[in-house]
Amino acid sequence: MNPFAEIHPALILLVGALFVPLFRGVWRSAWTILLPVLALAAVSALPSPGEGAQWTGWTLRVLPWVNEPLTFLRVDGLSKAFAYIFTINAIAAFVFAFYVKESGQHVAALVYIGAALGAVFAGDLVSLYVFWEVMAVASTFVILARRTEKAKGSAYRYVLIHLLGGLFFLAGLAITVAQTGSIAFDGFDFGTEQNAGTWLILLGFLVNAAAPPFSAWLSDAYPEASVTGGLILSAYTTKTAVYALLRGYEGWEPLIWVGCIMSIYGIIYALLENDMRRILAYSIINQVGFMVCAAGIGGPIAISGATAHAFCHIIYKSLLWMSAGAVLYRVGKSKCTDLGGLYKTMPWTLTFGTIGALAISAVPLTSGFTSKTIILHAAEQEHLFWPWLILEAASAGVFLHAGIKFPYFVFFNQDRGLRPKEAPPSMLLAMGALSFLCLYLGIHPQPLYDILPYHVDYNAWTVPHVIAQTQLLMLSALVFFLFLPMLKRTATISLDTDWFYRKGGDAFYWLADKSLNAINAAASRFFLGKVVDGVTNFFESGLPRLACLFMTPIWKLMGHDTAEIEEERHALFRRAKIGAFPVSITAFCAVILLGLLTAYYYAAGK
Amino acid sequence: MQGRDLKKENDWFDRPASRRLLWRLLYGACTVSVLLELVLIATHQRHGHFGKTSPDGWWFFYALLGFIACALMILAAKGLGAWLKRPEDYYAETEETTLPEDIDESLR
Repeated sequence: MNPFAEIHPALILLVGALFVPLFRGVWRSAWTILLPVLALAAVSALPSPGEGAQWTGWTLRVLPWVNEPLTFLRVDGLSKAFAYIFTINAIAAFVFAFYVKESGQHVAALVYIGAALGAVFAGDLVSLYVFWEVMAVASTFVILARRTEKAKGSAYRYVLIHLLGGLFFLAGLAITVAQTGSIAFDGFDFGTEQNAGTWLILLGFLVNAAAPPFSAWLSDAYPEASVTGGLILSAYTTKTAVYALLRGYEGWEPLIWVGCIMSIYGIIYALLENDMRRILAYSIINQVGFMVCAAGIGGPIAISGATAHAFCHIIYKSLLWMSAGAVLYRVGKSKCTDLGGLYKTMPWTLTFGTIGALAISAVPLTSGFTSKTIILHAAEQEHLFWPWLILEAASAGVFLHAGIKFPYFVFFNQDRGLRPKEAPPSMLLAMGALSFLCLYLGIHPQPLYDILPYHVDYNAWTVPHVIAQTQLLMLSALVFFLFLPMLKRTATISLDTDWFYRKGGDAFYWLADKSLNAINAAASRFFLGKVVDGVTNFFESGLPRLACLFMTPIWKLMGHDTAEIEEERHALFRRAKIGAFPVSITAFCAVILLGLLTAYYYAAGK
Repeated sequence: MQGRDLKKENDWFDRPASRRLLWRLLYGACTVSVLLELVLIATHQRHGHFGKTSPDGWWFFYALLGFIACALMILAAKGLGAWLKRPEDYYAETEETTLPEDIDESLR
């Protein structure tokens, strides 16, 4: 009996995270590495139900309004493949982060990764939603862990956008459950299940997949996270969204075009960027575009291709974030205009970073070549010429912005007199391991193909394919160096869709300030100035004035002349104002009032 | 790095001779990859995936695609840059005065 049988892998990380603060020093770092190792063991011990079949466990019957239980552990090819790479990447990330002394960051990261595992194993919409939101909150703390003002600002914007995405998801979930009476999450049919509910859920997924216009959170927040935070974030949120799209929205045609837009958008912005980690952030959007497109294409080849690409992408993207992280750790700078010439003292970081850069560009012998090309193959099979052409062009563009631009401007370009030490051993170890995987899966992809959701009979290693890919990439490289003067870095940022809420937020604040505060000031002037004064005035001198008005005709009838009336009025006004009347007058008035009341009583009584 | 003999430092990529060599290698690799296609054409392995008149069956299609697509993307980025680029203080964020805690201690 396997001791790990049917242990929920997410639980290991979520519970293990609670114990992190109990450890100190290297023991804490060792503990954070041990947890994903155990989670990987738990994933591999889960049953493999075979193609098209599912195995479910950890069910809980708690929802009174549906007939189905919550399913926390649904195992099939798709969820298992994502769980494998999520845990493998976590091991590498925590080996890389061995030097980190602060524990809050580790707790947030472990909860975040645990929730991502929970999301891919979630067997229904409700439990998926729960893990989805836990991921959003935990990842916000990963960003905050850098403790800079910029990180605080972007974490604030990050969580707002993700809560918005979560609300789309929740609204869609409510509508879907109300319509179908089921919380099942098995794949919505494009032909028959298009309605407000499924579209809202799709929108929620696309927010997390960083599809424009909901993409700016990624390039805004990830580069503000810490050295290790950035690389942990780069793997999970977007890829969980990719998983959800592959599971739920296979064959939804609009996704083909969303993916194409993402792949080009990521390249253009990465070409404009100056910050090395922001270049990598935009290239995530570019790469996820390929996977979103594959979800839209649908069918076994596309789904397996997207899974393989997600698997390899997580590895080489982490590797790239690690090499950028190592540079940032040693130099303290991340802008291309401040970096350059680092090949002299950080040769290993350069080597590993370049392997990642070649892998993301799908150079033959690297993992990108054996995974991304399956998606292109799927587009060919479905005869989708324009999407295929756009993705091929985007493949060439990847080599420009990530494959060459990133290593060139960081490690070569201009020597700026920086002579940092080589990265610490734990970082080199993690980078070396991932570099090995990039090359291994490029040369011998069969172990990866074996865990894909559907059997793929695909061979990237054909002579025409290798020659075509080499041509495409070599000519892209030529363009890069021929156009180098046009690519000269400037100390600038580029406006993205976050402009709308960053400047829009300022504008809203200004508008609220000017309009509401103006109403407030006017109200204050009116009520505190005019009304209070008026009321005080009325009770002070209004009633005496009324008494004078009432008495004036009486005095006239009594035959007083104008001067006498004026004198009487003056006297009455003064007396009434201080409330000092002779007793006789007061008593006389009281008698009249009582008389009037008595008369009224009898009149009303009749 | 202090105490390191600068003469021993690896500056291969900064030498004009190396740069010339790298340029030649780049042109050479481009030429070889394009010429290899002739082998495919000669052995009838060159065909498109989208029917008979499929553009990807054209000779040197991938070389042209790589060149044109990348040139267009750089020009597009350059053009959009004129519109989208802003100074770094555009959002008026407070600049950090100290290096964050995740940076190497020796720099702080």
